[in-house]
Amino acid sequence: MIALLMRDIRLATRAGGGFGLGLAFFLIVVVLVPFGVGPQTDLLARIAVGILWIGALLACLLSLDRIFALDFEDGSLDLLATAPVPMEAVAVIKALAHWLTTGLPLVLAAPLLGVLLSLPADGYLPVVISLLLGTPALSMIGAFGAALTVGLRRGGLLLSLLVLPLYVPTLIFGAEMARRGIDGLDTTTPMLMLAGITCGTIALLPFAAAAVLRVNLR
Amino acid sequence: MSSIWVYANPKKFIDTTDRFLPWVSVLAVVCLVIGLIWGFFFTPDDYRQGSTVKIIYLHVPSALMAINAWLMMLVASLIWIVRRHHVSALAARAAAPVGVVMTLIALATGAIWGQPMWGTWWAWDPRLTSFLILFLFYLGYIALWEAIEDDDTAADLTSILCLVGSVFALLSRYAVNFWNQGLHQGASLSLDKEENVADVFYHPLLFSIAGFVFLFIALVFLRTQTEIRARRMRALIVRDRMKD
Repeated sequence: MIALLMRDIRLATRAGGGFGLGLAFFLIVVVLVPFGVGPQTDLLARIAVGILWIGALLACLLSLDRIFALDFEDGSLDLLATAPVPMEAVAVIKALAHWLTTGLPLVLAAPLLGVLLSLPADGYLPVVISLLLGTPALSMIGAFGAALTVGLRRGGLLLSLLVLPLYVPTLIFGAEMARRGIDGLDTTTPMLMLAGITCGTIALLPFAAAAVLRVNLR
Repeated sequence: MSSIWVYANPKKFIDTTDRFLPWVSVLAVVCLVIGLIWGFFFTPDDYRQGSTVKIIYLHVPSALMAINAWLMMLVASLIWIVRRHHVSALAARAAAPVGVVMTLIALATGAIWGQPMWGTWWAWDPRLTSFLILFLFYLGYIALWEAIEDDDTAADLTSILCLVGSVFALLSRYAVNFWNQGLHQGASLSLDKEENVADVFYHPLLFSIAGFVFLFIALVFLRTQTEIRARRMRALIVRDRMKD
């Protein structure tokens, strides 16, 4: 399992692996927004949390179809299916690798990009914590979506259509937590809900993803 | 009394639904005509909302059926996963477009009602938002059915999507509640009488709800039959080709 994780990370970070693509996309979204809404500092400060969350979510979405598609095409997914590792574990590892190569860099980049959006000083910690808690759920849900569309030739667009509604609760609680943090309100409830969603998806969705993968490999 | 699973046989299903379909259709038309005409022309205007209150006869039943259609798809998907009856998967497939239309009717009538009453076509109210999300779920479900060529694979994948989607739809419903307190009034109907709308509106509303339920059943029967026949036709064409 660790070998699989290391292999996926290596594949993602080497040339052509798409590592950094998500980060660059995140950067571009954040840079483009002030052009769209105007450079007023107070306006940007108010919507900074939303932009950071939406940007992270879209950047995450961008790299989802790589989770299984390449392995499906070259047949390594078939080998993994016959390997002694259960399919559920494969799904978790793939999601974890996706998070380490996409979600975690986004979390680390968020405070830097927050400067560009004149994020209030109280906002940095809540934004980073909410992204840290929320992005694993995004990766896991995305892995399920990627497993659903792995057999399709042009699955990318369909993948976003399927996955985006599933992202709604995570986005709501994540952004709510960060907003409350900025306003100096109590963040416990949304934080616990966000953590609950992440734990729940990690606990349950691997089974759905594995079932879907088995169907697609039939 | 034979078991309900005899209807998993496509032939038996078509025969039985053929017998019921005219009755259900007639019932749907009768209930809708009674409910809508009674509601539109023979109930008083509300003292605050004026005549706009009458959109309730379309709005409430369609919203109800939009959710019930998804529940029916969920049950059908479970039956497909557990017992692998093709009719069940096809019924889920047949119900989805009907559910989308119901969702759209509910959203559209709500917007038309909201413009004079709330002064806006759209507000990010929990109920409105969760219906919009439900609409997206329907779209994804239908798109997945359309995208996959192999029938059994499509049935498997969509039913798992339906299960996962149900959980997330429910989660979104409560998350949205947390996110924004709403404009929307409380339930128009509930089992404890206290909360109900006044009786003058209530009785025609029951008729139009019954009409929508029968309409939904008739449409699902019809569409399922069509799916079964289309699949049978494809099988016949393939068999024909094999002969040559």
